Amino acid sequence: MADLTCNIAGVTSPNPFWLASAPPTDKQFNVERAFEAGWGGVVWKTLGEAGPPIVNVSSRYGSIDYNGQRMIGLNNIELITDRPLEINLEEITAVKRDWPDRAVVVSLMVPCEEQAWREILEKVEQTGCDGVELNFGCPHGMSERGMGAAVGQVPEYIQEVTEWCKHYSDLPVFVKLTPNISDIRRPARAAHAGGADAVSLINTINSIVTIDLDLMAPTPTVDGKGVHGGYCGPAVRPIALSMVSEIARDPRTTNLPISGIGGIGNWRDAAEFIALGCGSVQVCTAAMCFGFRIIDDMVDGLNDWMDEKGYSNLEDFRGAAVPNVTDWQYLDLNYKSIATIDQDKCIECGLCHITCEDTSHQAIAANKDKDGKRTYTVIDEECVGCNLCHLVCPVPDCISMVEVENGLPYMNWGDHPNNPMRDK
Amino acid sequence: MSSDIRSGRLSAESIRENYADLHAPLNPLQAKQESARCLFCHDAPCTEACPTGIDIPGFIRKISTGNSQGAAKTILAENIMGGTCANVCPVEELCEQVCVLNTAEDKPVIIGQLQRYATDHLFDSGAQPFIRAADSGKHIAVIGAGPAGLSCAHRLAMLGHQVTVFEAKDKPGGLNEYGLATYKMLDERAAKEVSFILEIGNITINTGISLGKDIELDALREVYDAVFIGLGHNAINQLWLDNANAEGVHNAVDFIQRIRQQDLTSLPVGRNVVVIGGGNTAIDIAVQIKKLGAETVTMVYRRGTDQMGATEYEREVAQTNGVLIRTHAQPVRINAVDGQLISVVFEYTRVDSDGRPVGTGETFTTPADQLFKAIGQSLHPGPLSKSQAPDIERKRIWVDQNQRTSLPDVWAGGDCTTGDDLTVVAVQDGKVAAHSIDEYLEHG
Ligand SMILES: Cc1cc2nc3c(=O)[nH]c(=O)nc-3n(C[C@H](O)[C@H](O)[C@H](O)COP(=O)(O)OP(=O)(O)OC[C@H]3O[C@@H](n4cnc5c(N)ncnc54)[C@H](O)[C@@H]3O)c2cc1C
Ligand SMILES: Cc1cc2nc3c(=O)[nH]c(=O)nc-3n(C[C@H](O)[C@H](O)[C@H](O)COP(=O)(O)O)c2cc1C
Ligand code: SF4
Repeated sequence: MADLTCNIAGVTSPNPFWLASAPPTDKQFNVERAFEAGWGGVVWKTLGEAGPPIVNVSSRYGSIDYNGQRMIGLNNIELITDRPLEINLEEITAVKRDWPDRAVVVSLMVPCEEQAWREILEKVEQTGCDGVELNFGCPHGMSERGMGAAVGQVPEYIQEVTEWCKHYSDLPVFVKLTPNISDIRRPARAAHAGGADAVSLINTINSIVTIDLDLMAPTPTVDGKGVHGGYCGPAVRPIALSMVSEIARDPRTTNLPISGIGGIGNWRDAAEFIALGCGSVQVCTAAMCFGFRIIDDMVDGLNDWMDEKGYSNLEDFRGAAVPNVTDWQYLDLNYKSIATIDQDKCIECGLCHITCEDTSHQAIAANKDKDGKRTYTVIDEECVGCNLCHLVCPVPDCISMVEVENGLPYMNWGDHPNNPMRDK
Repeated sequence: MSSDIRSGRLSAESIRENYADLHAPLNPLQAKQESARCLFCHDAPCTEACPTGIDIPGFIRKISTGNSQGAAKTILAENIMGGTCANVCPVEELCEQVCVLNTAEDKPVIIGQLQRYATDHLFDSGAQPFIRAADSGKHIAVIGAGPAGLSCAHRLAMLGHQVTVFEAKDKPGGLNEYGLATYKMLDERAAKEVSFILEIGNITINTGISLGKDIELDALREVYDAVFIGLGHNAINQLWLDNANAEGVHNAVDFIQRIRQQDLTSLPVGRNVVVIGGGNTAIDIAVQIKKLGAETVTMVYRRGTDQMGATEYEREVAQTNGVLIRTHAQPVRINAVDGQLISVVFEYTRVDSDGRPVGTGETFTTPADQLFKAIGQSLHPGPLSKSQAPDIERKRIWVDQNQRTSLPDVWAGGDCTTGDDLTVVAVQDGKVAAHSIDEYLEHG
């Protein structure tokens, strides 16, 4: 049995699976159910200032279904918690008292003023929580008030607010980053410069998921109108992985702990984020899609996979994929692979042929004998090794990409004769 | 020993339940999930296996995108009776048999049911996707308002021609109306489909008019620019045994016609029933008579299951409905008392080296209140005898690959020509003939 204990920025949890700051962590009721189910930690739904709480609209969510799969992408137009601050603080206190081994991090979003942060931090510290997460990510509703993404898009603000937090509190500070920015490294560097103990990413992406063609309005539709919301779920995972990798590779943020978020739904997704350097991982949409019981497979699956690979704890493979993420100009242009089709496995759907024929390199020949049996054969000389056929083939392991031994040495773009900028 | 035949063996309620839809229609969720399974094959084997060549991956993709109306148009463009075919095609031997998911998952996409989902959607909407081309001024006579005749008529009308259909029976539809199993054709499906087909306009159906009696081919050829013959099977193969006309002995197709047309509680049903034959007609009468309350139904076929016309799936339907299927036995005597059937004597057979069944001399006797003969139908050339007739070959009207007969202005299709006796094949024949007629009318 591998040890799944997770340590990130001074916060410990029995496993790396945390619920992200969102409806699943809005109340003591939900969080206790999550802990009973086995989740390692939570980031409490974002708290705002004392006073009258914000007001949410109805309806709030929209989603993308694809080929019979529900909610491959989810979009929401909810704001931060709409419950009174005092009640939240009481509940956080009770939960942390009753579940001392679990990570309880509290997400915060208050106006970009020193006093406001000072006041909320003083209150939150009383709860006994393990850390705070600064929500600089929410793309709707709050940014219109100068909070959330409005701060997250300006590195100087990030640095300043982080500095205040480190100044007024001893709690570990996680800075949650918005992906609605062109270079994710800049807010990460700003957080680092401000003394952040970790960054969490990604928050949701600006999105309109669908237009209701009867109402002629975006969904979710509120009395005939809609707004852009925040996109999350499996569809955003590739974007999150890429952003995580950029921070992990950036020499100016090396060793800055990362809590990975974005489309994580199972142990494999989590392992991928950890391989890119994440300490903990956070989940929202998958829990909202299936309930808390998915934690079972996450813990179990990660454990089995680690045992199989011989990793005894998370540190054994954390960041292991980072050195293999490089820049395009360092890829070996002499490396060649081509498709090979296992004819015994072929079910004759013809997708490899038609997609290569129509959209790639005309490298798969189609033949039909007199009995109607179809045979698809790779034309080795035409195949550029793009992977398309391998991706479209519905049968596992039927089409594989095989390296061609051409005896040529490593050569990247910098050395390539076609490169006009090549150093002579 | 007296025979036991009576109507109303089961309550009207039980019969209604027994005759409910063979498959419940797919609901939107099922249709969505099932359509998502389709791989959208290139050069798809299913399309090739469909006698009418429906673009199956194309219509399934439309269902998956929520465009069921478009899906139905894709279907009906190749097969105007796609609605009926979705319910009656032996898909296990056509499109679904060759679905590549049989290999990948041991379970094909359920094409027939998706086809029904799409066509029901269109019919329920009341939409009419087809329009006529500009009037050509040509007029074609069609004999028989079955699938072949109606398919031909519809395509001809689409192409701009005027069509007059002559139908011997009181209602159009052919075996869709009079022959297909009731539980595949509920809710007046056949009649509604005919109305849908006629909506295109320029098609007139004259019912109660028989070729060879009320009209003659020679005369039609003089009046019309071309003639299409789709009169199906008009004769029934006979059992050459004594007492073959005893009370209680029926032709399966005649009785099925009564099942399709009469109040089900009024039909005479025997306690012990024997069906002779191995095709789908035999299966259909066996299942339907069982569903009317017959106590035992034994279907006897002279060869083995492999040679049966009935598909494995149809046999399964029969067996799950409690029909006993016996093979390798042929009837040798019908026992009757006072002209009333009481039992049938069968002789065991074995198949000789030429594949023919030969009697072994050993026999068994099965008590029977009713006996249904389902040993095949055929074409009787009578209706053509008073005119110059097209060539007949192996008891069917000879046609070329365009469904054209030996007479230059006469086409034929469906059961009266060669090819599998299936609704979908008849529809294709009619469609092919219409295009050939159109070509002929334009270019001679
Ligand atoms: C009991 C039974 C069950 C079947 N089940 C299935 C099934 O499940 N699936 C399937 O695909 N196929 C099935 N078939 C076969 C299918 O019904 C036929 O292949 C199809 O109907 C043939 O179409 P058609 O137009 O050639 O002939 P028909 O449907 O027979 O139509 C011919 C028309 O011509 C008319 N006619 C005949 N003589 C004359 C005349 N002298 N003058 C004017 N009109 C005339 C007839 O009244 C009829 O309306 C079944 C057949 C039977 C008998
Ligand atoms: C293999 C591949 C190569 C692409 N190359 C280019 C490119 O050269 N220039 C460009 O503007 N977009 C390129 N794109 C992006 C597409 O034009 C398109 O914007 C993108 O795929 C999003 O559209 P889609 O997801 O609906 O396909 C490429 C996309 C793919 C999949
Ligand atoms: S018409 Fe019949 S064979 Fe053709 S696709 Fe439809 S169900 Fe299959």
